[in-house]
Parts: sequence; structure tokens; C-alpha cells
Amino acid sequence: MSIYQKNKLFVKNIYKSFDEILVVDNVSIELKENEFVSLLGPSGSGKSTIFNIISGLVKPDEGEVLIEDVDFTGKSGRVSYMYQKDLLLSWKKIIDNVALPLVIKGIKKKEAREMVKKYFEIFGLEGFEYKYPFQLSGGMRQRAALMRTYMFSEDIILLDEPFGGLDAITKGRMQSWLLDVLKTLNASILFITHDIDEAIFLSDRIYILSERPAQIKAEIKVDIPRPRNNDIVTTSRFNEIKKNIMEML
Amino acid sequence: MKKLESTGSKINRRRSLKRIGDGIIPTAFLIILILIWYIIVENGIVERFMLPSPIDVITTLYEILPEIRLHLIVTLAQALYGFVLAIIFSIVLAILMDNIGILKRALYPLLVISQTIPILVLAPLFAMWFGFGMLPKIIVVALVCFFPIIVSLLEGFDSVDRDLLNLMKSMGASRLKIFTLVKFPASMINFFTGLKVAATYCIMAAFIGEWMGGKAGLGLYMMRAKKSMGIDRVFAVVLLVVILSMLLFKLVSILQKHLMPWSNEE
Repeated sequence: MSIYQKNKLFVKNIYKSFDEILVVDNVSIELKENEFVSLLGPSGSGKSTIFNIISGLVKPDEGEVLIEDVDFTGKSGRVSYMYQKDLLLSWKKIIDNVALPLVIKGIKKKEAREMVKKYFEIFGLEGFEYKYPFQLSGGMRQRAALMRTYMFSEDIILLDEPFGGLDAITKGRMQSWLLDVLKTLNASILFITHDIDEAIFLSDRIYILSERPAQIKAEIKVDIPRPRNNDIVTTSRFNEIKKNIMEML
Repeated sequence: MKKLESTGSKINRRRSLKRIGDGIIPTAFLIILILIWYIIVENGIVERFMLPSPIDVITTLYEILPEIRLHLIVTLAQALYGFVLAIIFSIVLAILMDNIGILKRALYPLLVISQTIPILVLAPLFAMWFGFGMLPKIIVVALVCFFPIIVSLLEGFDSVDRDLLNLMKSMGASRLKIFTLVKFPASMINFFTGLKVAATYCIMAAFIGEWMGGKAGLGLYMMRAKKSMGIDRVFAVVLLVVILSMLLFKLVSILQKHLMPWSNEE
């Protein structure tokens, strides 16, 4: 990772309160091109609110959201957003679910199908194009959801605990798979999790968030070289970082 | 993939076994009830002119079938017209109410009130206002069928996952796109629930509408039979109404299966 990476996303000093309860307290986040950054913090610490602000669904009380130096505060439709739930439309086949963002942008269904077809191999969903979501396993559904997210915006992707609903074994597999897929896609990723191991395993940098109201307690660089595999979990560097984080939380 | 299919077929087999069980139990119970009815009448415990035996009812139905063909067609036509009218009207109104908050708050209580007025009071009023033709009966049917459809549709619109709507918004989808791509299809399952309830009501509603007079219809025929003490014919017509209602219910279920292939496994 070079220091000359372009700045993709800059969240500048945002504040937000709901019913006079402060939820987000002066949070600033930077995301560079091709970078994987995690927001790590306890559940209910306002991480999802930060994502809602970045995606433009919620307006911050103060602060700005800059995407490639353009002000996108309170404007939706720029970054893609994936939730813990797969939120696939049960009445649409996988290919149409994945093509949904393109259809929303006004592309014809048939054309949209053609455009997404080639990505099924990358996302490991070949042969499932014309299945309904209920015919897929949980891990596959998450992959389809991620694919749909990628189809919307390929450069900045917000992932809100995407593997939170999966069992430990599937989760581990999905993490390795995600690292693998990211090698072929040029995406900058902001990732929410409350799982320390997951954050270290996946990220280039980690922002540690406090309990509500969410503040940035620390920013940690994960200097474990890529490509990473499951073995790094037992290395001393991994455990050093983990210990460091646990002391802060 | 293969593994997935084999567990799938196992589940299907278990399901079909369960389905057979689901069919046998109510059928057996119904047969027992009819048998008891048969024994009571055949042994003279209840007089025949008070309660015809099940066999009498079936033979009477067979005998009067050519005679009531026209009545049957009229009732069926009124029921279907009313049903379709109710579907169209409730879809339009549900969409309006869902999009215009003030309209929903204003109309919802009125909808509930409209259902508390006994239809037997309204039917003669409609006959006074709209004459003795098909129109007042169609209105009665539409009024009865309208409520279950619109309530289930509104509930469907309300129960769409908030995160899903937010996701659509974050993708920059317009209100119209959110509605056509997500809200309406997501409510299909509720819509069909309402349709099924309405389907079982609509023949009966036309039947009641006909009691207020007219030129033809099963309800009219039954009133005449009642007046001439033809209790076996009354029963035969009631049986016919039950059969028609069940057929209509089945028709809606089949339609649902074909239009919503994704819901079969859920």
C-alpha cells in the first residue's frame, strides 16, 4: 500500500443526535483507494448511524461527507451499502436481484442481466443465476448480496456486519473468500464489525469506537502483509495487535 | 449441489406425506359427521320434512340442476363481477392510502365502520336505490369482498422490511421504483390471503343480495323453495353454494401458486 493512494472518502467531524441523545460525537473517518478499513466497536455504539450518514440516508447535525473531494452530505445514491441481513428480494431470481441496482438506474432488465452475468464466476455463484434466494444457503445469499452491492457502486462499499448472521465456520470461509475476491475488484471498503479477529484479519486500518456516543478512541494500522491466509491468526504480530485492541476496549 | 438436491427431495417427501395427512384428517372427520347425520334421519330420530338425509340432498341437487342452471349462472356472474370490482377498487385505494398519509388516517376508521353495518340492512337499501337488476347484488358482493382485500394489502405495504426500503433509498430509487420493485411484490402474499378470504365470501354475498328480490339467482330460488316448504331443495342449493365457494377458493390458491413460485417453499 503506497502513501500516494487517492483519498476516496473523507468523513469530517460529524455529529448526530436523536431525541437529544448524542449518538455520534465528532467522528472523522478517512478511506483511501483500494483500502480496507474497519470500524470496530461494541454493539449499539452508533456504527450503523455513521453508515447511514455516509450513505446519505441520514443528515448529520454537523460535519461533512466528502467523496473524492465532492460534498455528498445527505445525498444518497453514491456509495453502496450492504446490511447484515441479505435483503434479497424473495420473488426475484438471483440474477435479477443482483441486477436490481442497474434496473434502478434505468437500465432495461435484459441488458442489466447481460451486464451482471460475467460476475457470477468471480462471486462463486455460477449455475445459480436462475435460482430463487430460498434455494441458496446463507453464505451464498450473502455472496449474492455482496455482488448486488458491488453492482451498485464498485468503488466505495460499506459493509455493515455482513457476516454477523452466519455460523462461525461459514463466517471464516466467507472472510477468506472476501479477501480473495477483493484482489480482483478495485474497491475501497468500510467495514463494521464487533469481532476483533475479523477486523484484524481483513483490514488495513481499524478505527476503534467507544460506546455510545460513538467517538474514535484510536486508529490502528494493521501491518500484516497480504496476501493473508488463516494461519496469520496464530502469528505473534496478530496477537500483539489483538492484545493492544482488547486493552483499549 | 447434488447433496442439496437429495436433502431437498427428502424434505419434499416428508412434506408430501404431511400433506396427505392434512387431507385425510378433515375428510375423515367430515365423513363421520355426514354418517351421523344420515343415521339420525334414516332412523327417524329427526323427521324428514325437518331435515332431509344427505342422500336426499344429493339426489335433489342432481334433479334440480337443469332447472337452476340459469340461476346458477346469474349468481356466479354477480359474484365474479363484484369480486373483480372489489379487487380493482381495493388496489387503487390501498395505493392511494399508502402514499397519502392523511388519506389513510381519514379513511381507515370508515372502512372498519362500513363492515360493522349488517349486510342484511344494506341489501334492501341497495335494492331501493338501484332497482332489482344485477347492479345492487354486485355492489353487495363488492362491499363484502373489498374489506379483507384492502386490509391485507395495507398491512402488506406496512410490513415491508424497513432496512430493505432504506437499501432501496440508498441506491437512489424513486418512490415509484420502490413501490413497483419492492413494496407491491412484497405485499403479494398478504394480497392473496385477502383474496382467499374474499373468494369464500363472494358467492354467499351475491346469494344474500338476491334475497331482496330480482328475476333470477340461487338466493331467489332458495327463498322460493323455502316458501313452498321444499327443504330438500333449500339444502341442495346451500350445498351448491358451498361447492362453488370452495372451488373459487381453490382457484385463487392455484393462481397464487402459479404467480408466486417463490412462495411455495416458504
